[in-house]
Amino acid sequence: MKKYSAFSLFKNALTNNKNWQASWRDASPKSKYDAIIVGGGGHGLATAYYLAKNHGMKNIAVVEKGWIGGGNTARNTTIVRSNYLCKESSLLYEKSLKLWEGLSQDINFNVMFSQRGVYNLGHTLQDMRDIERRVSANQLNGIDAEVVNAQQIKEAIPLINTSATARYPILGASLQRRAGVARHDAIAWGYARAASELGVDIIQQCEVTGIRKNGSQVTGIETTRGYIESKKVGVVVAGHASVLADMAGIRLPLESHPLQAYVSEPLKPVLDTVIMSNAVHGYVSQSDKGELVIGAGIDSYIGYGQRGSFHTIEHCMQAIIALFPNFSRVRMLRQWGGIVDVSPDACPILSKTPVEGLYLNCGWGTGGFKATPGSGWTFAHTIANNQPHELNAPFSLDRFSTGALIDEHGAAAVAH
Amino acid sequence: MQTNRLNQGGFIDRHKTLRFTFNGQSYFGYQGDTLASALVANDIKIVGRSFKYHRPRGIIGSGAEEPNAIFQIGSGATTEAGMRATQIELYDGLVAKSEKGWPSLSFDIAIINDWFSKLFGAGFYYKTFMYPAKFWKIYEYFLRRMAGLGRAPKQPDPDHYSHQNIHCDILIVGAGPAGLIAGVSAGKSGAKVIIADDQAMFGGSLLASKEIIGGQSSEEWIASQVEILKTLPNVTCLPRSTVFGYYDYNFLTINERCTNHLSEFTAGKIRQKLWRVRAKRVVLAQGAFERPLVFPNNDRPGIMLASAVSNYIHRYGVIPGKNAVLFTNNDSAYQAAIDIKTAGAQSVLIVDSRSEQPSDMVDAAKKCGVELQFDAVIRNVIGNKSIKAVQISAYDASDNTCKDKAEKRDCDLLIYSGGWSPAVHLHSQSGGKNKWDNERHCFVPGKPSQASSSIGSCNGTWILEDCLKEGITCAQEMVTNLGFKAVDMKLPSSKKTKINPMMPLWQVIAKDSSENLPKQFVDYQNDTTVSDIYLAVREGYTGIEHVKRYTALGFGTDQGKLGNINGMAILGQALKKPIEQIGTTTFRPAYTPVTFGVVAGEDIDEMFEPTRKTAIHDFHADRKAPFEIVGQWLRPWYFPEDNEDMLSAVSRECIAARSSLGIMDASTLGKIDVCGKDAVSFLEKIYTHDVAKMAIGQCAYGIMLGEDGMIKDDGVMARLGENHFYLTTTTGGAANVMSWLEQWLQTEWPHLDVYMTSLTDHLSTIALVGPNSRRVLQTLVNTDLSAEFFPFMRTCKSEIAGIAIDLYRVSFSGELAFEVNVNSNFALHLWNLLMKAGKDFGITPYGTETMHVLRAEKGFIIVGQDTDGSVNPLDAGLGWLISKEKDFLGKRSLERADSLRKDRKQLVGLLSVDNKSVIPEGAQLIEKKATSGPTPMYGHVSSSYYSPILGHPIALALVQSGRNRYGEKLLAVSSDAKAIEVSITKPIFYDLKGEQQRVE
Repeated sequence: MKKYSAFSLFKNALTNNKNWQASWRDASPKSKYDAIIVGGGGHGLATAYYLAKNHGMKNIAVVEKGWIGGGNTARNTTIVRSNYLCKESSLLYEKSLKLWEGLSQDINFNVMFSQRGVYNLGHTLQDMRDIERRVSANQLNGIDAEVVNAQQIKEAIPLINTSATARYPILGASLQRRAGVARHDAIAWGYARAASELGVDIIQQCEVTGIRKNGSQVTGIETTRGYIESKKVGVVVAGHASVLADMAGIRLPLESHPLQAYVSEPLKPVLDTVIMSNAVHGYVSQSDKGELVIGAGIDSYIGYGQRGSFHTIEHCMQAIIALFPNFSRVRMLRQWGGIVDVSPDACPILSKTPVEGLYLNCGWGTGGFKATPGSGWTFAHTIANNQPHELNAPFSLDRFSTGALIDEHGAAAVAH
Repeated sequence: MQTNRLNQGGFIDRHKTLRFTFNGQSYFGYQGDTLASALVANDIKIVGRSFKYHRPRGIIGSGAEEPNAIFQIGSGATTEAGMRATQIELYDGLVAKSEKGWPSLSFDIAIINDWFSKLFGAGFYYKTFMYPAKFWKIYEYFLRRMAGLGRAPKQPDPDHYSHQNIHCDILIVGAGPAGLIAGVSAGKSGAKVIIADDQAMFGGSLLASKEIIGGQSSEEWIASQVEILKTLPNVTCLPRSTVFGYYDYNFLTINERCTNHLSEFTAGKIRQKLWRVRAKRVVLAQGAFERPLVFPNNDRPGIMLASAVSNYIHRYGVIPGKNAVLFTNNDSAYQAAIDIKTAGAQSVLIVDSRSEQPSDMVDAAKKCGVELQFDAVIRNVIGNKSIKAVQISAYDASDNTCKDKAEKRDCDLLIYSGGWSPAVHLHSQSGGKNKWDNERHCFVPGKPSQASSSIGSCNGTWILEDCLKEGITCAQEMVTNLGFKAVDMKLPSSKKTKINPMMPLWQVIAKDSSENLPKQFVDYQNDTTVSDIYLAVREGYTGIEHVKRYTALGFGTDQGKLGNINGMAILGQALKKPIEQIGTTTFRPAYTPVTFGVVAGEDIDEMFEPTRKTAIHDFHADRKAPFEIVGQWLRPWYFPEDNEDMLSAVSRECIAARSSLGIMDASTLGKIDVCGKDAVSFLEKIYTHDVAKMAIGQCAYGIMLGEDGMIKDDGVMARLGENHFYLTTTTGGAANVMSWLEQWLQTEWPHLDVYMTSLTDHLSTIALVGPNSRRVLQTLVNTDLSAEFFPFMRTCKSEIAGIAIDLYRVSFSGELAFEVNVNSNFALHLWNLLMKAGKDFGITPYGTETMHVLRAEKGFIIVGQDTDGSVNPLDAGLGWLISKEKDFLGKRSLERADSLRKDRKQLVGLLSVDNKSVIPEGAQLIEKKATSGPTPMYGHVSSSYYSPILGHPIALALVQSGRNRYGEKLLAVSSDAKAIEVSITKPIFYDLKGEQQRVE
């Protein structure tokens, strides 16, 4: 693989850009692999990359039914942060954040990780209690976090409405300065390129139709491009995880919901950081291209269709105007929906399963994008060693039968 | 000077001159102009600079497809970015600015990007700016400033937006010939019809044509159809209204621009309106977009679509050039050549890539003096800031290439047409697929996935007569289907034109490699060129979605209306695959961009989740109580007297309630009435305690668990009758609990005969709290309130001053207390009566803060504050509420291994060791800070107050193995890194035996 750099751009410009190579090999399935990752999204590709890089497994494949990075990797709001409340989640997301920090250099693909800070706003006294609780927990876990007041928010974000008479006045926020946003497509393509370079086969247009077992040991997968043998199969298919698990006879405690987002037309820089408000359900940042990227709250009904309800968009728009009254004349360009797989405790499943050799990575809900590197890193460890890393051990599938849930609902508790 | 204005023609009023400015320069146009037509009239060539290479660009189109004339309109709070000049109706005083170009449009310093464009091919940013790693912030700073188009206003929007819901039988999208006649046909049958068009005038493509329809000129025909529609009461006509979204179950959204054409800001009027339409049937008749042709330097100012040229001439009386060359691969573009020649152009040459075949259009062109050249293409354009000449080469259809030898032709306008693409956006949004048609060389709508039908050119039907026929047939079928009687409609006669087939010509390929040619633009908005697509393919981005994302093809604010089909076809060529195997990308709402304001509608400011105020709110406001937002409610926080600070006010209120009499507005509590013959068995499943054993008139404190066994909500509930219960919930949880209960009832236990009604707003609740509460209340009611007749945890009906009330002897403070439920209409009156009755006992109104202190002194939890979704009843010390005998939601989870762990976090009390420091809520509890790695945390502080009655701070916390650690000490660490030493106690601080609330 030829390295990307300013120099390579210059050199290729001299030859009319004719000598660029394919970013990744478009492979056809071999009959047998040491490990197969089902799902060519960011998480699956990252898993393959770290399997090859950290664990020396080279004879592996990623199979994807469509085109890589075409699921939730392509349709999220690109926020990356690690200021979670529970120790288990915060350490996992922090591992991920640390990987993000060196990722462009590691995979030699600019993922444009922009550490512009994330503000999680508090609008009620209970919000502020939760923020205090989360920030002090973050600090004790060694994660950067601070509590800021309304005036500090106003100074950092002059256009935000901090009026005390606002419908839901902003009382303060947590701020994680190392958090930020990244370029969503780049993470899929960059991992694909780096994994392919290490020998991983990336197989697109290959849909899994069955999982074959011998007793309780997985032996391979049936696909639209034939049977592929492997004693290790990692399933990383987000919204469709229940469908794949069902092929192996496993019932998952997941619900799939639509989650919607939209972007404005590209604007000159108007917002230099990331604003999240759970209370009013609006999340906004500005992409490097200039679009305001806005995420809505989850649609409450269950379904596999990537289509949500318009009233969710309306409500989100109202929330954004509550935060930024000047955005009322900004225009919505595109609006879309994805499917998120939500587990009972709103935390992911990164786990072995009752089927030997079958591993699951799912249940990320609305928070999967930020976890991409850490998810791949720990999942690769789990597959390679047939046991979880200490970072993902708490995220086991059996926690739903033992009750050892990791509850992140703390930050979204009810008010009295 | 309006040098390009014709002396006659067009739907403009030459007597009404309008003044406008463009980039600070004043110009004039006429009433009826668009900003684009006025600019063309004034011979403005350069209207913008391109996104990446900053190349000068001119107006190409005349509608929603325009990629270059995108402006910042207005200034200050009423400025709006990203506006297409082709869609802006001119008004007097309009202020327009181009969005790119520094220092000026004609000299843009960033044109150097164009010179070094080989460095900036598709996806270049993924390959650089990585080293040194920490410099990304700096690179990004400059990249962000280079990117972006317009500017957001800095002030709040002074305008108003509105929403309207409407149901109809048939929604017709587009009022061109097909849509109009469908509207008339459906309207006459009596069906409820809405017909919406994004332009100010109905008529669509007919507005720019001189066709004769049923013996009338197109202008007269449109007028007659509109007249019919207007006289039909069952038809709603919506001009200036864009149908921008097509959602499930035939739900569509329309953006009506009510005042945009009048001025930047029109005080007192609705600026834009969002129509939310539920239509039984939808007719899609949005028309088609003309495609550009792709050849070197096909973006120079002075290049225009053929349909746009006809539009400018016929609709606005503007002629865009004097010496024109028209490059086409189809017959429809001939009309533009004829129009411009007839309008007075000195010379017009048609360059047709096809071989000569007899056709009506060829004859007509020749007849009016248009020159023709067949088997030829444009292979290059000369002139940077405006077109000076074109190079014409012979074209060899056998190998799809043009000869090297070129002949130069001077011109000031290059008109082009690459055929037409039906506007399949809404069909696609509705869930319908599109299919490639190899005869018409375009995507046409496939089978509808909802109750809709595409007609006219948006269905790939080009001939006027066929469009009209489709309109009539479609409307008649739909109305019949809906039970109306279709009226007979005569198909109006129109000219039968013989059309020769178009020749697919996706890209002019020269014999020498096409990639060494000057840039050939596919997507003008994002500067995506042919070589970008080839580069993407070379780098393995071969799926259309990958190409779109890697090259930004179709990612502009026009969402690929002009460029997408050419891009897909060129991708097909690069991959040597037919276009039908390339497929389309997904069309998303909005069809054209819509303001955030119109989507939000009226529900902003104080109407954003409308503020809920209790019926007693005015009393609190009169007393200048600060309010706390709880859920959607405003609750009085405390009642300061004489400039008291919060601590003093709360102390006074607490002491009053504990020593004599307090009064609190508890109206925001969720209240649910449950009845039905299965009410008991339903509530047995919901609550953990034994509901069936409750006597009529008895109250109980109840908790509800989620399936995970964790506390979901709590509150007092009462049995009012054999099959009749009254439940209360937390303020914030009220709506959630109600819908959660309904979900169980409707989806899991539909066999149960249970009815629930929310009473939250209907009833107000006043709590009378303190040792003197009974004495005062007894003066007002006839009911015997003595402990013997009305003991703790009972309810009864009563009356005060003729007002019916429900009395509850319950307590959230640990004091003797009564809650009075009353119809909200009487609540304020009753409150005042109680205030008066309690005057001699120093009755003291108190707010949420005092309520919190009083309940914390007693160790009563607040769900959501002292619990967080990971606390089960045992953790919270509420094991006594769990029935051993019956099953209930969450019971199974309480038996899971983790629920039985001894070291779970449990509710405890905390005292600060110095007895002075109030411990911050949210603080984490540790033993000592770890020197490296995470510090172990044993729990956190959930509630913390200064207790006036005790004279020292108290707190509640959840602590690991808490109940085994009474007396132990920990450090409470807050986010400012301060640590307070605390000791663990029982979670109760006052009246440990609970005697006061049960006082005889």
